[in-house]
Amino acid sequence: MATTVLGHEAHGVAPAHEKTGLWSWVTTVDHKRVAILYGIGALFFFLLGGIEALLIRIQLARPDNNFVSPEFYNQLFTMHGTTMIFLAVMPMSQIFFNYIIPLMIGARDVAFPRLNAFGVWVFLLGGLFVNAGFLFNAAPDAGWFGYANLTSTQFSPGLNVDFWMFGLQILGVSSLAAAVNFFVTIINLRAPGMRLMRMPMFVWMSFITMVLLLLAFPVITVALILLMFDRFFGTHFFVPMGGGDPILWQHLFWIFGHPEVYILILPAFGIISEVLPVFSRKPLFGYAAMVFSGVFIAFLGFGVWSHHMFSTGMGPIADTFFSLATMLIAIPTGVKIFNWIGTVWGGSLQLKTPMLFALGFVAMFIMGGLSGVMHASPPADLQQTDTYFVVAHFHYVLFGGSIFGLVAGAYYWWPKMFGKLLDEGLGKAHFWLQLVGFNLTFFPMHLLGLHGMPRRVYTYPKGLGFERMNEMETVGAFVLALGFAVFLYNVWKTWRTAPPAPADPWNGATLEWSIPSPPQEWNFPEIPAVTGRDPLWEAKRQRGGPLPEPQRVSGQGIHMPAPSYWPLVTAFSLPLLFTGLMLSSKIGPWGIIVAVALLFFGIFNWLFEPSYTSIPGVRGKTGHSH
Amino acid sequence: MTDVAHAAPAGHLETSTGLDSRKLAIWTFLGSECMFFASLISTYVIYRHRSLVGPFPHTAWTDPATGQVYEPIIEIPLVTVGTALLLFSSLFIVLALYGAQRGNRKMLLGWLGATICCGLFFVGMQVYEFTHFVHKGLTLQRNMFGASFFTLTGFHGTHVSIGVIWLITMFVLALRKQLPPENAINLEMAALYWHFVDVVWIIIFPVVYLMQ
Amino acid sequence: MFLGSRVTRRLSWLIPLLALVVIAACAKDFPQTTLAPKGDLARIEDDLFYTTVKWATLVFILVEGALVYAIFRFRGKPGDPEPHQIHGNTIVEIIWTVIPALILVMIAVPTVKAIFKENETPKGDPLTVEVIGHQWWWEFRYPEFKLTTANELHVPVGRIISLKMGAFDVVHSFWLPEFAGKRDVFPNRETRLWFNAEEPGEYSGQCAEFCGIQHARMAFRVVAMPPADFQGWLDHMKSITTQSAAPSADSVHTSSAGGGVQQESTQARQAPGGAASDSAKPAPPQAQGSDVAQGQKLFLMKGCVGCHSLVAYNAPKGMLGPNLANVGARSYIGAGTLPNTDENLAHWIRFPQEVKHGVLMPNLGVTEDEAKALVAFLRTHR
Repeated sequence: MATTVLGHEAHGVAPAHEKTGLWSWVTTVDHKRVAILYGIGALFFFLLGGIEALLIRIQLARPDNNFVSPEFYNQLFTMHGTTMIFLAVMPMSQIFFNYIIPLMIGARDVAFPRLNAFGVWVFLLGGLFVNAGFLFNAAPDAGWFGYANLTSTQFSPGLNVDFWMFGLQILGVSSLAAAVNFFVTIINLRAPGMRLMRMPMFVWMSFITMVLLLLAFPVITVALILLMFDRFFGTHFFVPMGGGDPILWQHLFWIFGHPEVYILILPAFGIISEVLPVFSRKPLFGYAAMVFSGVFIAFLGFGVWSHHMFSTGMGPIADTFFSLATMLIAIPTGVKIFNWIGTVWGGSLQLKTPMLFALGFVAMFIMGGLSGVMHASPPADLQQTDTYFVVAHFHYVLFGGSIFGLVAGAYYWWPKMFGKLLDEGLGKAHFWLQLVGFNLTFFPMHLLGLHGMPRRVYTYPKGLGFERMNEMETVGAFVLALGFAVFLYNVWKTWRTAPPAPADPWNGATLEWSIPSPPQEWNFPEIPAVTGRDPLWEAKRQRGGPLPEPQRVSGQGIHMPAPSYWPLVTAFSLPLLFTGLMLSSKIGPWGIIVAVALLFFGIFNWLFEPSYTSIPGVRGKTGHSH
Repeated sequence: MTDVAHAAPAGHLETSTGLDSRKLAIWTFLGSECMFFASLISTYVIYRHRSLVGPFPHTAWTDPATGQVYEPIIEIPLVTVGTALLLFSSLFIVLALYGAQRGNRKMLLGWLGATICCGLFFVGMQVYEFTHFVHKGLTLQRNMFGASFFTLTGFHGTHVSIGVIWLITMFVLALRKQLPPENAINLEMAALYWHFVDVVWIIIFPVVYLMQ
Repeated sequence: MFLGSRVTRRLSWLIPLLALVVIAACAKDFPQTTLAPKGDLARIEDDLFYTTVKWATLVFILVEGALVYAIFRFRGKPGDPEPHQIHGNTIVEIIWTVIPALILVMIAVPTVKAIFKENETPKGDPLTVEVIGHQWWWEFRYPEFKLTTANELHVPVGRIISLKMGAFDVVHSFWLPEFAGKRDVFPNRETRLWFNAEEPGEYSGQCAEFCGIQHARMAFRVVAMPPADFQGWLDHMKSITTQSAAPSADSVHTSSAGGGVQQESTQARQAPGGAASDSAKPAPPQAQGSDVAQGQKLFLMKGCVGCHSLVAYNAPKGMLGPNLANVGARSYIGAGTLPNTDENLAHWIRFPQEVKHGVLMPNLGVTEDEAKALVAFLRTHR
């Protein structure tokens, strides 16, 4: 909208090095920096979620334990789930969406760089908001799924549920902004010749994830709005006494919640589909089937939500429908697993760290998928649901799946992002500690659940046989922690001492490996033209050997979007709005009014940003709205 | 890329589809909004007849405790006028956009102004209706119909209000001669949003006001 | 292909069978296990579970086996040539789409059959019991007999128990693993479940839907008794009144319809079988007459009577606390939180917030002597 505010474009010469310093990070709109900001947040919250898990495991190591109080335990398991899902796995996926997608499709940035920055600031602020409850000893404590009517003011009178409810709303805005951005980016900013069926599989899976985000998040937005109205305005949407129905919450939540789990796993599917071919030195097996199975999973994923509700007594027809739909989803999922095995079959496997985690993903996901099929049968599920059997299942797919996949991506793309390779020896140690620790922690949970231990319990009595397995799981959790510590040490050590990484350390197939490590701000000196899948392998094949190391260029004449602080300013209005609501009994509507004013102020300035040519050090702006 | 779109004359957009990214973004956002309103409408449909006490939308109710009679609370005439105006406003904004794309500033300002007036009337009509209902005993807290009615129509009304603010902004830009044909796309985005808000009302109106 | 698929097929049926044997043998170590069903409904569910386990094991061995084999067989060495660049194989892909579909059909068909079987209470004169979940205890009512009790559900062996369930406050879930999968209970609608006990004994169950701070401490027990004993229990429960009673040697009890001195019954109890019950079954009280009388007075003065009913027959509905008609004889107090010894009961009465923080029962400032009296009084309600 600001295109012709001044009637002329203003652009300066891009300097050879991107600006450093705090201000340049605060105002960044560069997708690569946004990715790193997501990474810093994700790492911090993953650690937080991990500590919460360790505290849970210490409490459960012994029966009738009182290491933590029941109140604090309920906050711990609620926050562990909320943090890992919304503040760890999703932002970790965002690291790779942000850094890698533009590189893979041959673009200079995303379609809306300022919207991108807005998304990461909202995420960071939302993550802090949700955790702020700890400061008031009122961290969310009604489970990450917040079932009504436990979350009503009658049964949750404190601030805990408010922090959860509003925190998730804020995070939802971030996810939606990113989804619009990447949906448009993938459709519209592909390099010439990159038809949809030539896109790297990571881009495809991410694209499908964006569609899921766009369609699933509004549903939980509405659910949270209804809950907020119950808690703040006295409505009875989920309050039985006034005619409301707690089961509506369950339906709305899971209509969001089930696509959400595909949002959590599809990016990892995409990462694996990049790593396995490169380290098998042969292409992905069954590209088209992989695309269509991904689409099918996403589509079907909206039709299975009530498999989370088999114990609510929906009646045999509903049970049957959701059971069969859930079993149906196993088919495209199986196709993917077989295609991955088909990829490594007959290859020349390079068992470097990224590949180890990728193979570990497949191995663990097979198990998680199988326990999922067991859940798909309602009669069997009536024994399994709400027990540690489910906890085992979803950790196998979310940790054994998503986390293993995301870690594979981290080791794989680390040299591209930071210009250094992570140490192989430490990487292997990390892998084995994580594999062993993971199985030690989560495999016994299958048995625990089948032997009668329900979930979300702060303790259990002696005499039910739960002691030994719980002990084992606690040991496993600490092995996992050790593995992660090895990773952190690896990062720290190589940051200082490792030699610079080449552009293409792994003999990659996709465009990101054709530019320097790390890339220059504009990514490609010239937008490449693409003639097939695996463009870099094709180029190397035509050349008869490896490509020469790409040179860094001056970037003269390349127009890049200018930095801006308006995304950050606008982002602040969101936590401010909900804080204002929470304080409204004390300060009236003023918090809300100030927040809304700030929101409008931020948006208007964002849209009408003038050019900055006179400000030294700041590159000229194209004056274009984005 | 957005900078490419700027550097070249209007119309030369180097996107993979040939579509302007901003237009694609609005369509994408509206797709998401469909799910938002679908959830709200579903909630309304589920709850509207599950009130424990009146007033009810289409039937009368006598409070057994006090003997007070509550007439059916939905009143069609005023809302129908508002609905018609909202529908016409979609036509008006098409005409305004036509003017903008051809550099016809008078046409742009005239029809855009008409659109804004319709939007303001609609919002005003809703504010009146809400206060009237409250006066007659229907509040958010009163019963399930009240909760779901005010929430659904209130969020729609909020969307209309944001649309009106957006259109007023466009109007001011047009007044300052900052909406030439090459920037008409900005009005097109607002128009898309406006049409969407209208379409949602086309669903809400029969479901809430006409269906018994 | 590899490892002889026929061999793996034979083995794959053996492994769950072995597992079954091992698990069944260990079942006594796990009193709340789902893997040793003791009733028809749990058996239906268990059969289906084993159907899925068999297929899952087969798939696991084949698929995980293929993966592990591939990792070793196709390990690359330095200097290896580029492998054959395959992009796919349509026939193979079709096969491995169709086969899982067929396997799923093998699971789906028995699943659908079982869904419909489960959802219909079997005919045959079921005994209806109403279950109401509270934060954090279980209320049980026998509408046919107008009896109310709490946390311990007595049922006759060999009869279908038809549960009609709801909740007083938030959503809970009734889970009795040895007899049935779980069913959620809601404050605004009725849900149903059925089960039957084949063997007498005491069985444990637990709430399985997070319901607030003390969700972990919302257990219940089911006491299955031979039909004659169950009838005796019903008659006995009907006869309990609010007043205390002197102990009596004979097992004949007078069923007085209100008022009068209650004859303490020393009804023979079925020895708990199977389930590991570490609760010391409370012994009949050596009633100190003054303690019991004092306890009865305190029960009124301290306000206990406001939340707890001492009669099971025609007990009022909507009481905030569990029915205490037979509390003296229950295995546990606080819904499975503490074994029902005199010491524990006294401690519970004095400091419920220390034992189970967050319960509705406040610390009432009961002294040690007062607690002793109350315990003595409550022991007469058994």
